[in-house]
Formats: sequence, C-alpha cells, structure tokens
Amino acid sequence: MRSVVIVGASLAGFSAAQALRRRGFDGKLALVGDEPHLPYQRPPLSKQFLAGAWDRARIDLRIADGLQLEWLRDARAGALDLSRREVALADNRRLQFDGLVIATGARARKPRWHEEMDGVFTLRTIDDALALKAHVAARTRKVAIVGAGFIGSETAATLRKLGCAVTLIDVDRLPMLRVLGETLGGVCLRLHQAHGVRTRFGVAVKALLGAAAVEGVELEDGTLIEADCVVVGVGVTPNVEWLADSGLRIDDGVACDASCAALGAENVAAAGDVASWLHPRYGRIRIEHWDNAIAQGDAAAQTLLAAPGKAPAYAPVPFFWSDQYDCKLQLIGLPRPGDALRVVEGSLDAPRFVAVFERDARTTAAFLFNSMHRVAAWRQSIESDAAGLVQGAVA
Amino acid sequence: MKVVVNFDVCMGNAQCMLAAPEVFEVREDGFLYVLQEEPPEALRAKVENAARLCPTQAITIEK
Repeated sequence: MRSVVIVGASLAGFSAAQALRRRGFDGKLALVGDEPHLPYQRPPLSKQFLAGAWDRARIDLRIADGLQLEWLRDARAGALDLSRREVALADNRRLQFDGLVIATGARARKPRWHEEMDGVFTLRTIDDALALKAHVAARTRKVAIVGAGFIGSETAATLRKLGCAVTLIDVDRLPMLRVLGETLGGVCLRLHQAHGVRTRFGVAVKALLGAAAVEGVELEDGTLIEADCVVVGVGVTPNVEWLADSGLRIDDGVACDASCAALGAENVAAAGDVASWLHPRYGRIRIEHWDNAIAQGDAAAQTLLAAPGKAPAYAPVPFFWSDQYDCKLQLIGLPRPGDALRVVEGSLDAPRFVAVFERDARTTAAFLFNSMHRVAAWRQSIESDAAGLVQGAVA
Repeated sequence: MKVVVNFDVCMGNAQCMLAAPEVFEVREDGFLYVLQEEPPEALRAKVENAARLCPTQAITIEK
C-alpha cells in the first residue's frame, strides 16, 4: 500500500492517520476535511466551551508531530470512484489512493418542523457552539431544548447554570430513555427538575413559532412554550451522501465487516460516527462516542495494513460519559430493552451509585453515577461477561 | 519517560486508569492520582494509549 486517503478530519480521521504512522505506514497520506478550522474536541462544545470555562485553544485536538500528511482543509469530498480508486472533491480535485479510510462523521438531524430562523440552533460543530454561545450572551432569557439525549441534556444543564430559564422537551417520556431505560431515565429527569429545568416529556413538537426570529415552540398537544432560543438535539445522520454512487453498501452509515472494512470494496475501511460495523458480540452497530472514534480509527488503520484475510475483528465494549450539572454519568457496555436493572452500589437517590443491566445471568452494562473510581472494576466485569455473548445477539 | 497531567482539564473519566492502571488511579473523591510520575519504559505503550484515550487530552508524556 503506497498511498492512503482519509476522508474526514475530526477525531476518527486523525486517529486513523496517527495509527497508520504509528503502525509503520510510510507511504503518501492525505487527509481531507470540510471544515476550515483546526480540529477540535467535540465533547466540550455542549459543556465547558459553551459555558465559557474553556477557550478555543483548550479544545484543540492534539495531533502527534511528524505525521507527514497532506491535509486538505475546507475541502469536501463529492464522490468516490472505486474502479479508478479516487476521491473526487467538490471543487473537482481528484485524489488517488490504494487505501481509503472513510471518517466523514455525522451531522445534526433536522426534523420536519425545523426552520432556519434567528435563535434556532443545532449543536454539532464549533461554529454551532460559537453561534449559540453568542446568542445566549447577547439576549437569551428563555431557552427551549428539543431532545433530551446527550446533547440536549448537557446543553440544558450548561445553559441552566448560565442562568437561562430552560424548558427541556422530548417525545419520549423520560430523558435518555432509549439509552438508559425507564429507571435511570427517571434519575435524569429528577436531576433536571432539581436544577429548576422545566420539563415537557412524552409530547412531540409541532412547529416553531416566530418569523425572522424564533419566539417559541408549539407542541402537538397545543401547548405553546415561549423561547427566544431553541436548541434542537434530536440525533444525527451519518454523512454518506457523497458515497451514493460508489457501490459501497450503506446501512445506517457505511456498512462494514467485523474488522471495519467496507463491504463491497477492497482496502476501504470506515471509522467513527459514520461506520456501521458488524460487532462480533452485538451485531451491526454504529457508535457516536469519543473513545470509539479513537479506537476505531486505529482499527481501520490496522485493517488497511493487514495482510488479506488477517485483519482483526474490532470488538470494543462501548463506553460513554456525560457531564450534567455537577454529575458524571458513565455507561460501560450495551444494555438492551428488557435487560433487568439492579442497583449494586449505593441507591438511586444517593449522590453516587452504580446500577447494572443484566440478562441471562450476565451483566450487559454498568451505569455509574458519580462513581468514576469504579470504572476500571466494572469495565473488567463487563468485558469478561461480554466475551460470553454470541454474535448476532442483537439484531 | 515522565508523565505530566494537566489537572485543570482532567475530568476524571478514568479512561487512563483503564489503559494503564499501574500509573493512573481515579479515587473515590473523583480525582486522578498519578501513581508513578516516571514509569518504567516497559509501560510506555500503555501510558501512550492512556494519553491518546484521555477525553480532555490532559496527559502529556515528556521524553
């Protein structure tokens, strides 16, 4: 392999670049990214950066020295031609490759009722965060946040601490319900309420109110929520449109085998939010978290450099954390609907506790609330139990 | 090898503790403790992995 192109210049792309060099690849390396900025850490965008506690320099993504790569900034990939083995950029430049890493990430999803108007934000990029921050500093008093997943919950916490009146809205009955389930969703709900966030759950948004500038949100039950700032955090869409005519299989992202090699192509791998791969234990999944972007970038690099048929399977135990108010939420493993929840350390109303998800006498996941010191122990426990799960256990 | 932690940005996520428990420990108070500031070379790969995985890039390896 003499040349590798990496499309996507955020965490997964840079991780792949660094891993390729670390693993001895000394050929030509090009990295394409559509943002003009230096790469940055996304997790602080809804937290320390939005709060103003951390400045831009503090969220720069640290990149190893001596990568010797051609880095094309502000360059968008337009198409992939697998027969010519080249990536066409939107400005018609063409990049030839022997190996390709697809790390184009995902973008904030905009629901049907979404409208571009002053005061309406999604939060995915640093430009999003800067715009929201400026708006809040200038004139926001009342914020409506639609979507109580990670971004919505963290943004609610941050803006509440900045003194905004916050209403958190979700079509589900509880925050983080799809990830954490009923009981822990209830813990999250009480956390928001204890900090004075108004909550409207189990009701969908019908429309945004306002003309040039947003004035509020209308819910399906007829309620009007007044707001001079609306943050929409209802999930993401993988950035795969540029691959539409490539022949690659798309299945909620770039469909990959267990080693993160793209199906239907040779020497093409994917990593990060855009990669939907066949996890040996969980089946096909796509993971949108920090540590996965790093580890999967490395896995994609390994796969490109491996001898044919020798690429190792990528089988991590998923992990995420979330900071909300002064609380740290961490989940190790992958719970499924129907797993039984059991509190194993502390209690649900204590300042810290650990609860585990169980199925068939195995621990499928551990949820740690303000219990960072227990991460290593629970990770080991989940890993040894996960090793016993069979492939295809999750559809 | 010298391990330097920027405690201003450390958020106690304990990723480093997973990667190199010989060197990093997050204790019950939620704070990170560096158990060996100059770990032996044998631990270099683990410590480098810890630095890579740190979500806030709080860990630097000197030399």
